[in-house]
Amino acid sequence: MSSSRYDCIVIGAGHNGLTCAAYLARAGRRVLVLEAAERPGGAAGTREFAPGFRASSCAHLLHLMPGWLLEELRLARYGLRMAAERMPTIAVSAAGAMRIPTEPEATADDLDEADAHEFRQYAARMRRLSRALRPLLEAVPPRLGSDAWRDRLTLLGLGAKLRLLGRSDMRELLRIAGMCVQDLLDEHFESPLLKGALAFDAVLGTNLGPRSPGSVFTLLYRLAGGGAAASLAQPVGGLGALTDALAGAASDAGAEVRLAAPVARVLVTEDSASGVVLESGERLEADCVVSSADPRTTFLRLLGAEHLDAGFVRRVSHLRTLGMTAKVHLALERMPQFTALAGAVPTGRLVLAPSLRAVEQAFNDAKYGKFSKAPLLEVIVPSAVDPGLAPAGGHVLSAVVQYAPYRLHGGWEEQREQFLDTILQTLEAHAPGLRDSVRAAELLTPRDIETQFRISGGHWHHAELALDQFFMVRPVAGAAQYRAPLRRLFLCGAGCHPGGGVMGLAGRNAARQILARAA
Amino acid sequence: MLTETQPHFRQPLLRTPFHERMRAFSQVDSFIAWSGYSTVDVFSTVEQEYFAIRNGVSLYDLTPMVKYRITGADATRFLDRLVTRNVAKLRPGRVAYALWCDDGGCLIDDGTVFRMAEQEYRLCTGERQLDWLLDSSIGFDVEIAEVTGEIAALALQGPCSCWTLKTLGLEGIETLAPFEHRTFTLPDHAAASAAAAGTAARTAIMVSRTGFTGDLGYELWVDPADAERLWDALMEAGRVRTIRPVGSRALNIARLEAGFLLPNVDFVSSAHTLRNGTARSPLELGLGWCVDFGKVHFTGRRALLEQQGRAPRRRLAGLDVDGTKPAHNALLYADRKGRREIGSVTSAAWSPTCKRNIALAMVDAPHFETGRQVWAEIYLNRELSWERRMVQARVVERPFFAPARRRAVPAGDF
Repeated sequence: MSSSRYDCIVIGAGHNGLTCAAYLARAGRRVLVLEAAERPGGAAGTREFAPGFRASSCAHLLHLMPGWLLEELRLARYGLRMAAERMPTIAVSAAGAMRIPTEPEATADDLDEADAHEFRQYAARMRRLSRALRPLLEAVPPRLGSDAWRDRLTLLGLGAKLRLLGRSDMRELLRIAGMCVQDLLDEHFESPLLKGALAFDAVLGTNLGPRSPGSVFTLLYRLAGGGAAASLAQPVGGLGALTDALAGAASDAGAEVRLAAPVARVLVTEDSASGVVLESGERLEADCVVSSADPRTTFLRLLGAEHLDAGFVRRVSHLRTLGMTAKVHLALERMPQFTALAGAVPTGRLVLAPSLRAVEQAFNDAKYGKFSKAPLLEVIVPSAVDPGLAPAGGHVLSAVVQYAPYRLHGGWEEQREQFLDTILQTLEAHAPGLRDSVRAAELLTPRDIETQFRISGGHWHHAELALDQFFMVRPVAGAAQYRAPLRRLFLCGAGCHPGGGVMGLAGRNAARQILARAA
Repeated sequence: MLTETQPHFRQPLLRTPFHERMRAFSQVDSFIAWSGYSTVDVFSTVEQEYFAIRNGVSLYDLTPMVKYRITGADATRFLDRLVTRNVAKLRPGRVAYALWCDDGGCLIDDGTVFRMAEQEYRLCTGERQLDWLLDSSIGFDVEIAEVTGEIAALALQGPCSCWTLKTLGLEGIETLAPFEHRTFTLPDHAAASAAAAGTAARTAIMVSRTGFTGDLGYELWVDPADAERLWDALMEAGRVRTIRPVGSRALNIARLEAGFLLPNVDFVSSAHTLRNGTARSPLELGLGWCVDFGKVHFTGRRALLEQQGRAPRRRLAGLDVDGTKPAHNALLYADRKGRREIGSVTSAAWSPTCKRNIALAMVDAPHFETGRQVWAEIYLNRELSWERRMVQARVVERPFFAPARRRAVPAGDF
């Protein structure tokens, strides 16, 4: 037995890989985390995209990671601090700004009386429904047809939680779960701006438009993930501070994190994973291998179809994994002035999605392989609350852009400048003078996200979040319990239940499974 | 606009290159569909044809058998992942009976794998499998092409088959061992005397010592352009041994005697089953000898390993049934009164050579034991007056008929 033997090798030092590693190390396992990049973080990192200007490289807000997870891993001790919490969402249009209330109890000054009244009821119900679904996100999905007490208990618990909703809410959940968000919003509200902003949350990071069936499900998912603490937060130093803290927690518990160590393939001995081979050729052995890479990369590239059954490989290759969302970072010479904010500093999250119609039209372009001519944006100015991200006087603008199809007609290389120009035009329309203050700009298309973060398809969630790729069938049947069909190989990335969005639950659930196996 | 570039809709069943020859020989005009082709069910009488297989030499049109050409750098790895047998061990020039399963270890189909060259194989199957082959090819550097229409095939089976081929002029044919294939050139005199058209090109035929009769026999594979010439040459060469074209019904008796399984009769492909528990694993079908757990991973391996750990719930058994009435579709019971059902018959026939009433049946595992007595419920049609008989049957070893000549090298003349 070689001296470099570990209990667990974790592939990838993103938030899920590190969360998994931290839990495993805390339970006494000898853990080695292998990261391809020079820094930990993956899609939850911070990067200097222009001299002196730093931004969260992919995800830029923290809102789905449960508070108990931050506390359990004592991330505050490892340097995690928030620059802003409970950040407001402000819908911005040419007509003005509207502060979207986050809670049913919150004041809704910007809404007219009828919408405000409806909103209280709507938000209260959505909160009840999403709270009932919350345990679903935290659970390890049970196996179908299993007799194991744990699987039964999980199903029983979920059933009980739904039963507690009562007849009226349960009926509403059944009614809306497969519905499109436009129909739901039209039932409740009048204001186009309000509906646009609420629909934006439903379609953000997905391949859906507001008229796509299943878009209420993605909205409920977002709400369930956030729960009562649906508050948006921005760590000091960007999302990289979160993964740095996770790396700190993991290392402190005894895990070893090796950077610039890309894995070439998973080693297989007698039908079980026995370690990895690095691209450098170095072999590392371990009792089990845990991959936070996306399922397609893990199964088809790192492991190889020859170790898997054909039906399983077909399911993996049919996973919908194409990204639809881009990211933009701007280095600005001065604070952008949004007309709608009337001079106020943008410390919240600005949503540029003026109406349901605008959202659907933006989607129409993408549906046919073009980027949105009038893209929708989620804009933050992280330096407004965290001045350390930019040189004195300068500012950073970070925007998530919907829709940017992975498979763009004509290719991204040819149209990257055009798309960036379209985004800048959209911003300029809302913040005159912004273009002149741009010192540097960085655009990450789904293709870039694929290459830079090694996510096949460049999808935030590794695999589209939808009812057919959720819970007991996420990523695919036969691997939904964080276990590969091959012994001693586990998955812990966003492609697993409950998905991505910087939640950390996939990593933590995977650790639970691995530890349960040994126990 | 309708064009004639694809006139398939005018002719729902394709004709094999032997069709005209077979039609000329057919006395009862009994054709049936097989994999999209029209083939012969029976030419004259089943009995005559059956005895050609067992006592003389028979000719059977095998062209509709689905054939795939599999080539590429990963061809061996691909096939080893597809089928349960060890393909890496198969040398060029050899053939292997093989089967493939789904992820759950249930049988999809069986067939033969011919290793044509280092990186080229031919896979022959009963049903079309392209969908599954393509799914199985994800991650492998292989090319898969269906070549069914590009190859004409004949089965030449029976004790006098080697003699017939020798007479045809295939030198050294007797040294061809079972599950070997070799390419021969049809001698000019044979070709010329048979070829009225006079296309005097030398004809290459690939011959494999394989078959579905459990007897001495060969399968011949040629270019469709040479098909009729080969047919004529064989009919001429085998004349003094009363060579006879045979149809599917005679072959079905022979294959049952040999203990071979027929898809959709003795098992249903798991690609087609809809009901729970109707798909079959190779272990249940007595094909465990085909499953090589020691080789590289193949689809269904983990499920089969798990199955192997526990006794199968039912097994395919050979039955020797009392009386002379074939136990077609009979339900089987543990007791004469028929209180406890334990399985059912999948194939049955009176075996003229064994002089036994034989059957294949799925029986519950406790009854799968050589010598075990069971009861078969047989329905007899007596001029539309139906009678029910409870007939005793015994579980016996398969195959029912296995003459030494089928394996002998050099092959005998008879």
